[in-house]
Amino acid sequence: MSRADDMLEIASPGGVERRSQVRDVFLEFRGIHKSYGPKHVLRGADLRVFRGEVLVILGGSGSGKSVTLRHILGLERPDSGRVLVDGEDITDLPEEQLYRVRMKFGMLFQAGALFDSITVAENIAFPVVEHTSIRGAELQRLIDEMLGLVDLPHAGPLMPVDLSGGMRKRVGLARAIVLGPKVILYDEPTTGLDPVTAQRINELIVDLQAKLKVTSIVVTHDIQSAFHVGDRIAFLEEGTFQWVGTMEEARRSNNPALLEFLRTSNVAAARPIEAAGHEVRNGS
Amino acid sequence: MRARVENLLLHVGGLSELALATVRLTFRRPFERRALMIQLDQIGVRSMSIVVITAAFIGMVLALQTAYSLEDFGGKLLVGKVVSLSLVRELAPVLMALMVGGRVGAGMTAELGTMKVTEQIDALRALATNPVRKLVVPRVIATTLMLPVLTVIAILVGTLGGMLIAVVQLHLGANYYVRSVVTTIEYNDLASGVGKTFFFGFVIALIACYNGMRTSGGADGVGRATTATVVTGAISVLILDFFLTKLFMSLA
Repeated sequence: MSRADDMLEIASPGGVERRSQVRDVFLEFRGIHKSYGPKHVLRGADLRVFRGEVLVILGGSGSGKSVTLRHILGLERPDSGRVLVDGEDITDLPEEQLYRVRMKFGMLFQAGALFDSITVAENIAFPVVEHTSIRGAELQRLIDEMLGLVDLPHAGPLMPVDLSGGMRKRVGLARAIVLGPKVILYDEPTTGLDPVTAQRINELIVDLQAKLKVTSIVVTHDIQSAFHVGDRIAFLEEGTFQWVGTMEEARRSNNPALLEFLRTSNVAAARPIEAAGHEVRNGS
Repeated sequence: MRARVENLLLHVGGLSELALATVRLTFRRPFERRALMIQLDQIGVRSMSIVVITAAFIGMVLALQTAYSLEDFGGKLLVGKVVSLSLVRELAPVLMALMVGGRVGAGMTAELGTMKVTEQIDALRALATNPVRKLVVPRVIATTLMLPVLTVIAILVGTLGGMLIAVVQLHLGANYYVRSVVTTIEYNDLASGVGKTFFFGFVIALIACYNGMRTSGGADGVGRATTATVVTGAISVLILDFFLTKLFMSLA
């Protein structure tokens, strides 16, 4: 197809339609098994993540959500199965070569995982100093921009120990996105936060998604957060993805395991948020 | 029993792997100069007080014991010889390795262990940074370089401590003491004594980093890893000391 055709296709409504039907797979899990000693955590997990979407991996504690996220980055290796990132099989790549793959990702760890011996600004500058030649005023401008994005404009000189849980997560997020990753991974972004702070983090995720046009994978057991930020849900239970579909399909799903999870996760409280989720998606 | 042997072999394998990676990354750019400076200060400068206190008292007690135990053989006159030779060949290297190793090793494991359980080490990897290059290499280089320096200081301070006792309590001349030290110690003794400490430093830091990097299970895990470092580090130093001493003797 010529370049002009390409542009035409994107420009026409029909083209957009077709593009969304033949969606571009960014990440793929094929039959992943992973055990820790006698504990068989992932039992043949299959998953596809499309470019540009927000996929929420939902599941109870100990269902293997975080382990899934660690496999995406190559922080863990599967016992069997394949992991494909951007068309490349990363399953057997040596650690040194995985660094190149990891540059495509930004990860927000559960508790922020800030380096506690350096300041907030140095934390955000860390990946920049490691991987680019940006220094001095330009680096400072970049740090300020990131701090502005996560709404912590004056936190630069603080030490991580001086921050609250929610602030740590926001700084962790600023550090994760400073190099402009293609994918942002969120590990339990709202866990351990009060409802108001949790809601702010949710809004931040939606906001960043709109601004940065990235692919996001959010691991959570927080159903409200899932409905607020997600385009699709992958429901993980007993080591496999039992159900995968859009938010709309999730509400109408008859899958007993998913229904049980939604029911016990206090869906009544989630209802108003569902509406809010609609608003945000329609608005963006 | 089988599980224990398997476990031991796993640790030996893991340590060897870390040792190889450390040596390989030591000679590869980029070089973590700032991190190395911090560690040199932390391990070298900040260990000075325990080195000086330990060495001074060891030198003094050695002088007392020598004079007492060799009294029948004119032990007083041998004090300078015995104190300096024991310090140079054995006591300063091993005691400094144990003291500094305990202090530095425990600190390193606790620091890296805390980083591990709070996912900071995973964060380094996720940020496409090799944690061995960033954390292990500066610590291992700094300990390998600083332990010999601290040992030389310990030898000097210990010998002076011995002199204090020789002069004040045994009424020997300071001149006589110094001359007996200088004529006793040969290049060989120094090479063997101080030479060993390069290996001690390397092994202590390696074990400490290894235990830190594989810590799991929260604060409890950090505590266990730190204890393991102190115990394993001390035992490794003592075992290594025997074989290195034999090696240096056969080379002499």
